[in-house]
Amino acid sequence: MLMPEPDAAVIARRSAIAADLRRFCAAPDAVIESEDERRVYESDGLTAYRARPLLVVLPSTTEEVSRVLAYCHKTGLKVVPRGAGTSLSGGSLPLEDGIILGLSKFNRILEIDYDNRCAVVQPGVTNLGITAAVQHAGFYYAPDPSSQIACSIGGNVAENSGGVHCLKYGLTTNNVLGIETVLIDGTVLRLGGKHLDSGGYDLLGVMVGSEGLLGVVTEVTVRLLRKPSTARALLIGFPSNESAGACVAAIIGAGIIPGGMEMMDKPAIHAVEDFVHAGYPLDVEALLIVELDGPPAEVDHLIGRVEQIAKQCGSVSVRISSSDEERLTFWAGRKAAFPAVGRISPDYYCVDPTIPRAKLPDILKYMAELSRKYGLRVANVFHAGDGNLHPLILYDANEPGELERTEQFGADIMRYSVEIGGCLTGEHGVGVEKRDLMGSMFSDADLQQQQRLKCAFDPGGLLNPGKVFPQLHRCAELGRLHVHRGQVRFPDLPRF
Amino acid sequence: MSRYRPADEKQLIEIVAAAAAGEEALEIVAGGSKRNLGRPPQLPHTLDVAAFAGVRQYEPEELVLTAGAATPLSEIESALAAKRQMLAFEPADWRTLLGSTAASPTLGGVVACNLSGPRRIRQGAARDHVLGVAAVSGRGEAFKAGGRVVKNVTGYDLCKLLAGSYGTLAVMTEISVKVLPAPEATRTVALAGLDDARAVAAMTHGLNSPHELSGAAHLPKADGRAQTILRVEGPVPSVEARSQALRDELKPFGAAEIVGDAESIELWAAVRDAQPLAVGERAVWRVSLAPTASPAFLGAVRAALDVEYFLDWGGGLVWLAVQGADDGGAGPIRAALGGQGHATLIRASAALRAAVPVFEPLPSALAALSARVKDGFDPKRILNRGRLYPEF
Repeated sequence: MLMPEPDAAVIARRSAIAADLRRFCAAPDAVIESEDERRVYESDGLTAYRARPLLVVLPSTTEEVSRVLAYCHKTGLKVVPRGAGTSLSGGSLPLEDGIILGLSKFNRILEIDYDNRCAVVQPGVTNLGITAAVQHAGFYYAPDPSSQIACSIGGNVAENSGGVHCLKYGLTTNNVLGIETVLIDGTVLRLGGKHLDSGGYDLLGVMVGSEGLLGVVTEVTVRLLRKPSTARALLIGFPSNESAGACVAAIIGAGIIPGGMEMMDKPAIHAVEDFVHAGYPLDVEALLIVELDGPPAEVDHLIGRVEQIAKQCGSVSVRISSSDEERLTFWAGRKAAFPAVGRISPDYYCVDPTIPRAKLPDILKYMAELSRKYGLRVANVFHAGDGNLHPLILYDANEPGELERTEQFGADIMRYSVEIGGCLTGEHGVGVEKRDLMGSMFSDADLQQQQRLKCAFDPGGLLNPGKVFPQLHRCAELGRLHVHRGQVRFPDLPRF
Repeated sequence: MSRYRPADEKQLIEIVAAAAAGEEALEIVAGGSKRNLGRPPQLPHTLDVAAFAGVRQYEPEELVLTAGAATPLSEIESALAAKRQMLAFEPADWRTLLGSTAASPTLGGVVACNLSGPRRIRQGAARDHVLGVAAVSGRGEAFKAGGRVVKNVTGYDLCKLLAGSYGTLAVMTEISVKVLPAPEATRTVALAGLDDARAVAAMTHGLNSPHELSGAAHLPKADGRAQTILRVEGPVPSVEARSQALRDELKPFGAAEIVGDAESIELWAAVRDAQPLAVGERAVWRVSLAPTASPAFLGAVRAALDVEYFLDWGGGLVWLAVQGADDGGAGPIRAALGGQGHATLIRASAALRAAVPVFEPLPSALAALSARVKDGFDPKRILNRGRLYPEF
């Protein structure tokens, strides 16, 4: 992965820059300069890539963030924002000539407002920390990425994180009401608030999922939801991936939107069952977990309908949870899928495309071919409700060439997903990992228009450079308006 | 003064590129049902995009529909109804409110203005349902954003940026939207005679209950008596159980009545389309604020102005009709809001819409950033110039 060439002159000034930055932050430990301590930050959840940051800065207040960024803006210093560092796409991969701006000290819940069904929190609060703070009152925060015990809400905003409940409850972007953000020049902006509609351009909508390239989020107002009074799940086995896929389509076609609908293929089922002994059937090709949540009258009614649909689609086994304990056992396997696969292989690489659900059998067939071609095993877990697929490619980083083959395997899957009408990434973000594949989904014109948005926020390209865009254009060049063929008059077209 | 009517994307690109080169501004029109919404742009040319119409692809099992931006909403809604699906954000029809004789609002218009109805509190706004867009920027360049799948974080979310931009960034040609199953049944739990504060308290109680409300409105003058209505939707056994439980739990607020399907659907269409205030000439405002702030806000507004009003979104949306104020009530309304929300002047004469800010004025740093965003898409400021803010 090619990153921008580090500037040796900047690296040579490390100590002087550290001294400058210390002036902006009150805490004595806010600027990390020592080699050993910087090493902690050299990677995120995408551990295949590493770089030692120039310095790590851990401000404690919005004012400090503003002063640090204004300094970076003035001196042309690159900035990589970082939350909890759980990104799976290398979103917070450091730069040797840039600072890591860590938000870990922003760890307070500022306000819980049940009557307006929202909470105001600092970006370093963990995703699960929000739910933990409100669940005694019967509320929760809906998006639930599987890293939710560790990942921060600021990181969730940057990546527009998902989880297993997206089809019914939306992604981060649908559950954030407002943010405070600091631009690269130090300007502090508030977007949205406790109200639902704001006028003007939806810059809040743009900031969510912008992967740290547009601004640094210093406060988040999230929507709180009342916890559903019941949840029950079905564990359904199928003799083929096709019949499982058909069942997913039939459930949705019947007008049912489950709280969660997850599918696993045979390799995933076996890896998981060996690991957690969840009681999954081993004689099936595909396993579906369908969870219905809501008022008891509705859940009981829909459980019956889903069971009927499953039988019509040729299911070979159906179990229905009769207690919360049993429901959690159904989920235990799915939730442990990543570590379970980690147990049967030295390393694994997780891909994240979304596909039209109907194409699931096609892509599984294609992956089986690729698996033979590259000589690498693959197990699949699938957010079947929203079409977000997580192929886990099994490899051994110590075997020369395996990582490269794995990356090619992943790239083939992503390109194929785009070809069949899907996208490169459903919830993990582009980061550095998928950066060079952006051209398979977007034309040059599409990407240039996205970069013009970047120019409006960060004309110097100092925020998280090297991420998302395969090719960086200078803003002046992007802003130029090309007059086609010297044309200045309206063309000869029908006028009415 | 010309009216351009491109037949395809190629012609559209040529027209916009020429307009940019000549720095001549274009007013974008499709169905024309919202021409009286926003600042009156008074631009030299009209760009009629009616040719970009028709449902292109609809896959009910994928929950995705793709249509030309100028497709009439009526056409989309009947295609969806045939498969028992819907646009869950409940787009409004403001033709009566805006005095329009247009045949139907269009998908592009609803998205461009980010309009959503009572279900906003549960399912989000138009912006939350746009999956992908194809458009031509004010630079005369075709681009696309997003895709046709419901979960997609590839690149910046330009779909959200175009939603609510009032056509000032790009001319949308095709839009993919997420669609959802239509509810099997609808019930409304109706309370009578509450004042604003009690009504908001009752709605808060309902919204904070586990009964999954999809609407919560307060109509102070329905049938001469205040009515507070709470909606539940879903399968029949579910709405029966929930509406009854809700009625029981709301006893401290008085005896509630349960309203059935047909009457409920009519009631909520009226709320969606602002029917209580739609007829007449009064200035009409739509104010988005924190739900529990609305009683105090209304107290301040009513002390200063002669208003009729109703509440939606559990109190988070206040509709106001103002009688006899020179500025349409802009001063007192925005003073009462104190920057904690957004007040939009929805209906007023062109003169009034030119004289007072139609949209909540932006703080200077946000205005400057918005102008830079505009210039990234439309550097010559030719698309719907002046529709959103005087400068762009």
